[in-house]
Amino acid sequence: MNKGYTWRITLIVLFIIASLVYMVPTLVSPLPSWWSGLLPKDKIHLGLDLQGGTHLVMEVETDKAVEGSLDLIATDLEDSLNSQNLRFKRIARVGGDKVQVTLYDRATADAAQKLVKKKYPDIDILPPLDEAGFVSLQLRVNEKEAQVRKDRAVAQALETIRNRIDQFGVSEPVIQREGINHIVVQLPGIKDPKRAIELIGKTARLEFKLVDENVNAATATPGSVPEDDELLTEKRTDPQTGAVTETPLVVKKKAMITGDLLTDAQVRIDSQYNQPYVAIEFNSTGARLFDQVTAANTGKRFAIVLDNNIYSAPVIRERISGGSAQISGSFTEKEAADLAIVLRAGSLPAPVKIMQNVTVGPSLGADSIHKGLTAGLIGVALVFIFMAVYYKVCGLVANFGMVLNIVYLMGALAALGATLTLPGIAAIVLLVGMSVDSNVLIFERIREEMRLGKTPKAALDAGYDKAFLTIMDSHVTTLITAAVLFQFGTGPVKGFAVSLSLGVIINLFTSLLATKVLFDMFLDRVHVKRLSI
Amino acid sequence: MELLGKTNIDFMGMKKISFVVSGIVALIGIIALVQIGRGAANMGIDFSGGTSLQLKFNAPITTEQARTALDKNGVKEVDLQEIKDGNKLLIKLRKSSTATGQAASEHVQEILRKELPANPFAVESATDIGPSIGDKLRKDTLVAVAISLLGIVLYIAWRFDFKFGVAAVVATTHDVLAMFAAFYLLHKEINLLFITAVLTIAGYSLTDTVVVFDRIRENMHKSLKEPMAPIFNRSINEVLSRSIVTSLTVLLASLSLLLFGGEVIHDFSFALVVGVVVGAYSSIFVASPIVALWEKSPVETKG
Repeated sequence: MNKGYTWRITLIVLFIIASLVYMVPTLVSPLPSWWSGLLPKDKIHLGLDLQGGTHLVMEVETDKAVEGSLDLIATDLEDSLNSQNLRFKRIARVGGDKVQVTLYDRATADAAQKLVKKKYPDIDILPPLDEAGFVSLQLRVNEKEAQVRKDRAVAQALETIRNRIDQFGVSEPVIQREGINHIVVQLPGIKDPKRAIELIGKTARLEFKLVDENVNAATATPGSVPEDDELLTEKRTDPQTGAVTETPLVVKKKAMITGDLLTDAQVRIDSQYNQPYVAIEFNSTGARLFDQVTAANTGKRFAIVLDNNIYSAPVIRERISGGSAQISGSFTEKEAADLAIVLRAGSLPAPVKIMQNVTVGPSLGADSIHKGLTAGLIGVALVFIFMAVYYKVCGLVANFGMVLNIVYLMGALAALGATLTLPGIAAIVLLVGMSVDSNVLIFERIREEMRLGKTPKAALDAGYDKAFLTIMDSHVTTLITAAVLFQFGTGPVKGFAVSLSLGVIINLFTSLLATKVLFDMFLDRVHVKRLSI
Repeated sequence: MELLGKTNIDFMGMKKISFVVSGIVALIGIIALVQIGRGAANMGIDFSGGTSLQLKFNAPITTEQARTALDKNGVKEVDLQEIKDGNKLLIKLRKSSTATGQAASEHVQEILRKELPANPFAVESATDIGPSIGDKLRKDTLVAVAISLLGIVLYIAWRFDFKFGVAAVVATTHDVLAMFAAFYLLHKEINLLFITAVLTIAGYSLTDTVVVFDRIRENMHKSLKEPMAPIFNRSINEVLSRSIVTSLTVLLASLSLLLFGGEVIHDFSFALVVGVVVGAYSSIFVASPIVALWEKSPVETKG
């Protein structure tokens, strides 16, 4: 009989030690210097609902990414046709998935078709159509290719957002893709969620466009500007009064230089006016282009456009070579810093839309922890007292099992790097109630057996035996729901499911093995006539 | 100590009353579900999309003050609720986006800052949920509930037999409906946390039912010739004190969550409390009579 104890007790003690070791980083801070590199260092993670922070679900507007890539193709094709002296009437994107090229005759259309086939093997060319004396050629991105582009856009957006958040400086952010076109971002403990959201959500498409001085911007409307121009506005905020002035400007649609040619962006302070500005550096292609454009357009105005807003439109005074330029505007230092971050991290391939934004303030988080723990302690105390009164010594054994449960669960949560949420705390409290449930089942069986006149030892064994299957059944059913909750839940609900399922498994161990060994040991050593139950 | 000595209550004899009571509860639950389906219940913004904002003011604030301030700036159809301790105000809007395209929570904050300059506030929590996410969550939730119920039927059917499985599911469904009924009648919000509580209770209520079933099966094997009603009564009486004690310990734990857990999980813990009580009731008064009516002992079948 004695044989069985050793391994059971060893197991229990080993688990206790392991749990305590894993709990040390959470309970002791800072860790003592002798805490070696091999020992765990991770604290139990707190969910956003407990420490405060922002949870965002963003949708990448992938259709726009496809449209954007078609626009690029249109521009590129325009250059290629020009350089091959193929004359065309116009090239433009039509709808969300096509580019239409209108040419003057069949012969050029054939030549253009050959060119497209060579340059863009992935793109389908619809048979050319004759209409009103012109030949129009439609190029279409097929569905598979569009899907690839959309997928790439989400992956790129994820990378860009990660870069931006890294540079913004949030500790332990979670940034992951969910589903086809959603990105989930969790920012624990940030103080200014609004600023962070603006930073993340900015498309940050930087373009340099020439101002069309031939059109009077003051009277222009979006409909009246020439086809290759567009009407944009320049917003300026007066730093003293906060008043916003909007100046309309007509610029060329075609961007001369775009933000993807940047290598760096830094905030500097203008020594003359004590105003922050963003200094940017181009890569070699960008520098060459910038040099050419400024040389050819000296004396004209050059608009710096970010997400279709003009930041500034300075006059090009002289040819600028060397590949550096600056964006000045009426920013505050913070705005300039954020602008530098988005420019460094690159633009999003498509705009993102915020679908879900949950922000919990740090004070509510602290309040929730406090209340959750209080409720937990009171719950444990009530159950503890009840069991001790109702089942006397045996109740104390059940209580020992309950405490063991909590210690193991905390250890397991820490070891698995799981996240503790407020519903998670609730699950633990609930588990306290359920953990004694198994013991109650066993104890009631034992009482029955004793009523039948069995000896304490026999009653105990029979009680455990007969309750075994019932306990298994009840735990498995709870585990089924916990697993489902884990699968579909997000955030706090997932935290609840993790605590619940871990707790159920641990409870099986403590109720069937840990409390039993205490009884066995006691009954083996001491000859009792009556069980205190 | 013992709560109950040996009891001998005729549970099966009470089935007429209990079926009527449960029928009414279930009916209200079904009405509640229909209302939820139609969007006429108090749906949390998790499912309907919208904005919820909890603010903590420096000085006391009334819902009227806040309502006039918001009304004046074109924010209508807003749910306002004071939270007793600490000058807190809960603001809920069904539709998320404002005319400016700015997040509604920002918009509301700006208005209140402008209109009530003498009473500054801190944002305790802000939630904006787009309608499409709400749809997704609603779908996911339905799937989750369906999968867990199916899993449970299969498990019980495998461990016991089909009749027990069906009865267990009927009882569990009854508990779920009762929770919906309670929340609907009290006009409490149906949100993700509530669904979590419902699923938890579904698991817990089964635990209870399984324990009763286990004993019934054991006693059925012992006395094959006896009619069903006495066997069921005896079994339930035998496990009665266990049923009461375990429900009591779980109840103690969830009551302390309800009373001391704070406003964030107040409704969640309330749902748990309701569920524990209903779960204990249904395993005795709903699940067992169904099996008893269905299952005939060899003696009864012959006679």
